[in-house]
Amino acid sequence: MLSVGLTHFLVISVVLFSLGIYAVITRKNAVMVLMGIELILNSANINFVAFARYGDFGLQGQIIALFVIVLAAAEAAIALAIVLNIYKTISNINVDEIDTLRD
Amino acid sequence: MTESLMINIAIAVLFLPLLGFVVTLLLGSKVKQIYLFENIILIFSLIGAIILAFFKLSSFDNTITAEFVWIDLGNTPLMGDIKITLGIILDNISVLMIVVVMLISSLVHIFSIEYMRGDPRYNRYFAYLGLFTFSMSGIVFTHNILMMYIFWELVGVSSYLLIGFWFEKKSASDAAKKAFIVNRIGDIGMFIGILILYTTYHTFTLEEIFSQISQGVLPFNNDAWLTIAGILLFAGAIGKSAQVPLHVWLPDAMEGPTPVSALIHAATMVAAGVYLVVRIFGIFTADAMLFIAFIGALSALIPATIALTQNDIKRVLAYSTVSQLGYMIMALGVGAYAFAFFHLITHAFFKACLFLGSGSVIHGMHHEQDIRNMGGLKNKMPLTYYTFLISSLAISGVPLTSGFLSKDGILAGSFAFANLTGHWLFPLVGFFVAMLTAFYMFRLVLLTFHGEPKDREKYEHVHESKFIMTIPLVILAVLSFFFWYTPNPIDPGKGWVLSEWITAPELYTPENTRYEFMIPDEVVAVDSKVMFSKMYDEAMHTAHYPAMILSLIMAGAGILLAFMFYYWNKVNVSELVEKYKKLYNWSMNKWYFDEFYDKTFVAGTLALSRFLGKFDLKIIDGIVDGSAYITKGFSFFIGKFDNVVIDGLVNFFAYLSGFIGLIFRRFQTGRVQTYLVFVLVSLVILLFIFKSF
Amino acid sequence: MTTYDLIFYLFAAVTLISAFFVVTNRNIVHAAFYLLFTLFGIAGIYVMLGSDFVAIVQLIVYVGGILILLLFGVMLTNKITNVDIKTGTIHALPASIVMGLFAGALGAAVFNTNWKVVELTSAEASTTGLGVMLVNEYALIFELLGILLLIALIGAASMARR
Repeated sequence: MLSVGLTHFLVISVVLFSLGIYAVITRKNAVMVLMGIELILNSANINFVAFARYGDFGLQGQIIALFVIVLAAAEAAIALAIVLNIYKTISNINVDEIDTLRD
Repeated sequence: MTESLMINIAIAVLFLPLLGFVVTLLLGSKVKQIYLFENIILIFSLIGAIILAFFKLSSFDNTITAEFVWIDLGNTPLMGDIKITLGIILDNISVLMIVVVMLISSLVHIFSIEYMRGDPRYNRYFAYLGLFTFSMSGIVFTHNILMMYIFWELVGVSSYLLIGFWFEKKSASDAAKKAFIVNRIGDIGMFIGILILYTTYHTFTLEEIFSQISQGVLPFNNDAWLTIAGILLFAGAIGKSAQVPLHVWLPDAMEGPTPVSALIHAATMVAAGVYLVVRIFGIFTADAMLFIAFIGALSALIPATIALTQNDIKRVLAYSTVSQLGYMIMALGVGAYAFAFFHLITHAFFKACLFLGSGSVIHGMHHEQDIRNMGGLKNKMPLTYYTFLISSLAISGVPLTSGFLSKDGILAGSFAFANLTGHWLFPLVGFFVAMLTAFYMFRLVLLTFHGEPKDREKYEHVHESKFIMTIPLVILAVLSFFFWYTPNPIDPGKGWVLSEWITAPELYTPENTRYEFMIPDEVVAVDSKVMFSKMYDEAMHTAHYPAMILSLIMAGAGILLAFMFYYWNKVNVSELVEKYKKLYNWSMNKWYFDEFYDKTFVAGTLALSRFLGKFDLKIIDGIVDGSAYITKGFSFFIGKFDNVVIDGLVNFFAYLSGFIGLIFRRFQTGRVQTYLVFVLVSLVILLFIFKSF
Repeated sequence: MTTYDLIFYLFAAVTLISAFFVVTNRNIVHAAFYLLFTLFGIAGIYVMLGSDFVAIVQLIVYVGGILILLLFGVMLTNKITNVDIKTGTIHALPASIVMGLFAGALGAAVFNTNWKVVELTSAEASTTGLGVMLVNEYALIFELLGILLLIALIGAASMARR
């Protein structure tokens, strides 16, 4: 095993990303989909911070990671409000049953 | 006080009324007291204007300008570099003017608080006043002829809104439309003038145009075109300043609320025309100036004769405004530049006072405007009476008043001009109109305030206006005395206004197109107080005392005649009217200008429209009908073709797309997750196509 | 194998394993708790990367805020009395294939790129630097984010109440 470097972090990020995508695609429950999205956002954040550490950008990567966290918070609040609304309308939140987009 | 601070104050002064307009308009229906905001903002603007004037006149000798590029189209084909800059100019003229505008405007605001009370659109009225003030200060501050034009039109719009404020009355909405359309006629001329200047100089900035003219660059290399451009620009002033032959809108504009009349006629809209001529005075050639002087003389004479017989208190004042503006324009035409601007200022104060005074009378008489039903108001409304009397004395040119100083200067200027060039018409008209002015103003004063009340019932209910209405009257009346302008009541030239504040204008026209007396000689270089040249200075000097004595005699004669007619009843007026019935009717019907325009331009336009309508109906419709038949026949065959060939093709494509749809429809499941899968798959495919590793 | 490497592998393992359970566990509440470990592990990774402040924010905002929010979402949208808290997966096989392809593509990109790495010269706490940057060159964005959060707050409240 080689000593830890940029590639290691990127690999973690790739795996997290893929897991997030998998959750978004496969899970029926909308809250689970949201969790997948959180995973994706986190993997992107790892990339930002890793590049900030190993690249020549100073602290800018970390700043952007902070902004992403803030946006994730806003996104989670809005998304859960939407989920609640959907729940009120059709009394479940299974994503595969919400196909009104087709009409 | 630095230059940038001055500019910032000027911008604040300019935009505060706009802020007032927006806020008052938006909150007008919700907040009842919002009109107070508009009033307070105007007071702030006034204070700013006074600060500007004080510091500009006391500590800055140079002209302060600030500009920024508004639109930069870069280098365009055919037109070259197009760059439009906007900017602000602060020189003595503009700061004096802004003080006058803001002062009159704020007094009118204060006056209106009481005058308009109870109106259903009370707040909107104040909003419009704010817009009007904003547009006018834009004209005053601009350093650039395009911006001048923009604000010029804004003044037109806001005057339209104010004149037609009581639009439920047909006469009011008609008057508003008339004012707008008549103004537009002049504005077309002005616009063409601007275009001529722009095609030649590729700039709208006055300073740059001036410098190029003084370097000898002329429109189309011909000084005749400079004359034409000047006259065309002046056409805008003819419209706005209500000069003959476009003066017809102004008396009708009396349909607006009386404080609005005071604002329009004293300091803002009509003054804009004179201000424009003052601003671009340097580019007028001798021919253009002669044209201006003629228009001014006509505008001084004709309305003065009309004012003699009118019975509506506001109409008399309206015609007197046109006449006084004619004086100013004539003064500019004969080269009495400083006195023209001086008269603009003094006239603004006493005419605002007269209009507000008439507003006070109308308010007191419960919206009675006919002077034949008034009389004896002196005892009932003493404060209104005395302020009205003082401003009447001022407009008639009685010594110790400001009007005497400025009017005397204009008359002396026309006298000197006649002496130098032989155009004796101008002083003749000037002195005659001075007499007429004194006569009709005192006719107004005597019929309104003296004698026996004609309408007992109304007279009983008359009362002096409230404090908030009389205070502007008192301020304006006090401003009509001489000591604000000069320490010497008979010689304005010794005062600070004329010797220090209004300096000689710079001239840019080629010397061969000027009057002889406007070519500077060696004396000018030594003594900056000398206007134009030594020759003109001497002529003014010789003209001063004769002109003063003559004008005194004329004013005295006018006042005396008015007293003989209407106070001592030495002359039986109705007999005189019977005797000269034709002349009386000619004046009473305003020289038949409106009728003439109705018969010629309006009727001509209508006839042309009717003719075109007929043409449309007969010929164009005939052609259309004929072609319709042909088309119908043709269509029949086309239809057959359509049914068989085209429809077959179309149906084929319909089946084809239906078939394709059958396949692709499976992809559209309506589920977000499926879509995400498609996105990912295509992303992977793209990654492998465009891979760089 | 230094201590640094050891700690890194520890955090990486915590993150990835718990993330795997997040994705595969059928019980939503359990998944949410696994997500807690994932987020905690990511915070550790931030520390490994020398960004202490981001790690703390990660803990406070994600673990303390967003996760609780998600749990609320679970509680509010499932009939708890019916214990219908389990949730299935759909077309897991095609999803795995797509995911594998995608991960492969990304992994190929990561391994085949010649990263230009600048070695850290000094390791110091980043909080001060971040603070200075937030109120200087990023001040506007900072303010805008504040407004965005406010709008999201109001929007979420009004949407959820309707």
